[in-house]
Amino acid sequence: MKKTKIEDINRNIYDIKNKDEYEFKIKKGLSKDIVEEISAKKNEPSWMRDFRLKALDVYNSLKLPTWGPDLSCLNMDEIATYVKPKTKLSNSWDDVDEDIKNTFDKLGIPEAEKKSLAGVGAQYDSEVVYHSMKEELKKQGVIYTDMETAVNEYPELVKKYFMKCVPVYDHKFVALHGAVWSGGSFVYVPKNVKVDIPLQSYFRLNSKEAGQFEHTLIIVEEGASLHFIEGCSAPKYNKVNLHAGCVELYVKDNAYLRYSTIENWSKNMLNLNTKKAIVGKNAKMEWVSGSFGSKISMLYPMSILDGEGAQTEYTGISFASTGQNLDNGFKVVHNAKNTSSLVNAKSISKNGGKCTYRSLVRINENAKNSKSSVSCESLMLDDISISDTIPTNDIRTDDAQFSHEAKIGKISDKTIFYLMSRGMTEEDAKAMIVRGFAYEVSKELPVEYAVEMNNLINLELEGAIG
Amino acid sequence: MSEKLLQIKNLYVNADKKEILKGINLTINKGEIHVIMGPNGSGKTTTANAILNNPAYSKKKGSIIFDSQDITNLSTDEIARKGVFMSFQMPEEIPGISVTNFLKYAKNKITSKPVKAAEFKIDLMKYMRELKMNPKNMARSLNVGFSGGEKKKNEILQMLVLNPKLAILDETDSGLDVDAIKTVSKGIEMFKNDQNAVLIITHNTKILHSLKVDYVHILVDGKIVDTSTSELAKTIEEEGYSKYKKEVDTSEED
Ligand SMILES: Nc1ncnc2c1ncn2[C@@H]1O[C@H](COP(=O)(O)OP(=O)(O)OP(=O)(O)O)[C@@H](O)[C@H]1O
Ligand SMILES: [Mg+2]
Repeated sequence: MKKTKIEDINRNIYDIKNKDEYEFKIKKGLSKDIVEEISAKKNEPSWMRDFRLKALDVYNSLKLPTWGPDLSCLNMDEIATYVKPKTKLSNSWDDVDEDIKNTFDKLGIPEAEKKSLAGVGAQYDSEVVYHSMKEELKKQGVIYTDMETAVNEYPELVKKYFMKCVPVYDHKFVALHGAVWSGGSFVYVPKNVKVDIPLQSYFRLNSKEAGQFEHTLIIVEEGASLHFIEGCSAPKYNKVNLHAGCVELYVKDNAYLRYSTIENWSKNMLNLNTKKAIVGKNAKMEWVSGSFGSKISMLYPMSILDGEGAQTEYTGISFASTGQNLDNGFKVVHNAKNTSSLVNAKSISKNGGKCTYRSLVRINENAKNSKSSVSCESLMLDDISISDTIPTNDIRTDDAQFSHEAKIGKISDKTIFYLMSRGMTEEDAKAMIVRGFAYEVSKELPVEYAVEMNNLINLELEGAIG
Repeated sequence: MSEKLLQIKNLYVNADKKEILKGINLTINKGEIHVIMGPNGSGKTTTANAILNNPAYSKKKGSIIFDSQDITNLSTDEIARKGVFMSFQMPEEIPGISVTNFLKYAKNKITSKPVKAAEFKIDLMKYMRELKMNPKNMARSLNVGFSGGEKKKNEILQMLVLNPKLAILDETDSGLDVDAIKTVSKGIEMFKNDQNAVLIITHNTKILHSLKVDYVHILVDGKIVDTSTSELAKTIEEEGYSKYKKEVDTSEED
């Protein structure tokens, strides 16, 4: 984005709070009427409306998870699940409402698009307000559009893939998502098409006491490749906001997908996001994830290695400060021969923040000769912060190689003294150590996002993020 | 008339409630090279840490004047920015921060203005050649997986880049092979001019051969018990500290 130096931080950009203006905000709560009204507002085909209603039934039948962070602060009666922004979907920034455009300007989106992206989607509250992609990609048959357009224009593809990778009965918040989903991106990369520069979607939740339920559906056909970047942020309010997005990724045989995320939620946000990939023969799925902000986060991206020789890598970092409980991790299921997974998870906790790494590695009976290597490392910046590791390892075949390594550490006074003797203040010194700790993750991000992540780390260290 | 750079006056320092330094007096003028020798555990590293005001050591009495300013109670980073540098006996490892980025960042902080990238690179290449360092190591995380000798060379590289007024070298020579000692010694020569000073803490005289040492101080049990010219270092190398230890021992028995 437009920031180039690590020192160059503008602490206000994430917290720009536009007036809570919208064209339409649905009344708070969750009921059949509300779901039907969302569907009607969207002029959806009846199959999608029926799908939503079925998902609502599933939602009502499922219980809250009995493990993990306490979600009792969430009262669905206080959440508006659909907020339509006061602007129409456009492929020109000039047509986007001034306030909304300014927000994205400050977040650096149009700038990044010009410099280094093949396409951009921008969602404000519940609807995508901007979507555009380079002409060359269109010619190659690449589809990149908002989910609503996809439902209407590519119903066969959507029907085939929508909530098949992540079925509504996976857990309660996936069912909720199925009932009230809105916005998100649809990407289709045809066979053997290589998209060299990344596509990016940015999700901004401005409205208070609202939920964001964007749906991202990506299909990378055989031999094709794509790098997709997802960014998220929201300004701070005193009331609870909810994010229950869903990401479904289909990586076909010999295909390659990298999915990079920087989530930077305000600290009143419950981030209950679900992400899953199905990976085909000799295909590769890479996750890069930076999880910042939010009050509670339960985020466990998952790769299902269904094809022989399928590979996945996960590189992620979470940063929790006061009042934050980040329960993040990675899940992988090895379902075929010669599959491999490599996990490098890091967490930083500060000022009483809590980070938990919760993971699953399952190597099924048929996954002969598979490999999984998990490393998780946490850094606590003081004595009141908490870090925990809860791995589940379910290895069902004898000839698999599996390793799990967990390290928990603190910043030593000696190291701080060393850095201070080189002219750095105590804060500089801590920031450098943390930046170094996060480097394995930031080096996986495109340079603009690595800078962005370093800025977020600095903001967290200063306690400047709301 | 020589100009005072560092003055330690009657310094008493505790570590972990134990009295380590018991009245250190030391004056270093601009342009001088001083050496501190002394038995293990006598307080040499403590002295260096006290100059940089490491919070793990508490000053009970005395003061430290640097470049005409009282730095006794300044924070470590402020002291560093005034021009004091210390090469650590045991350098710290910083994962994820490359040697180059570390040096650039530290240089920025010390000079408190942005370094010019091109200039910085030229200087760095020059120093690395001088110290016979492998440029490939510059992209590696600072000191992580570096050999003992490589770490020490990294410290001297930092000294050259940061160009302090006073460089304190705490056993930089220990763990270095014969050739590396010569190389580091050349690095010190390259650094030295009539406006700065070097304080070398060491157990052997090899590193001193090619340097023009002005004073050698003997530190025993938290006190400087002898000060003389560079000849003293040779005597110590041959005879050890028994002479001083006795003196201390008897005085304690009194
Ligand atoms: N942080 C500390 N806590 C407790 N004791 C300490 C601490 N630092 C130093 N000491 C003690 O103070 C004494 C002097 O230590 P110092 O490191 O200054 O010795 P030195 O002269 O540098 O020895 P060497 O030649 O072995 O490096 C030793 O007995 C040491 O154990
Ligand atoms: Mg020592």
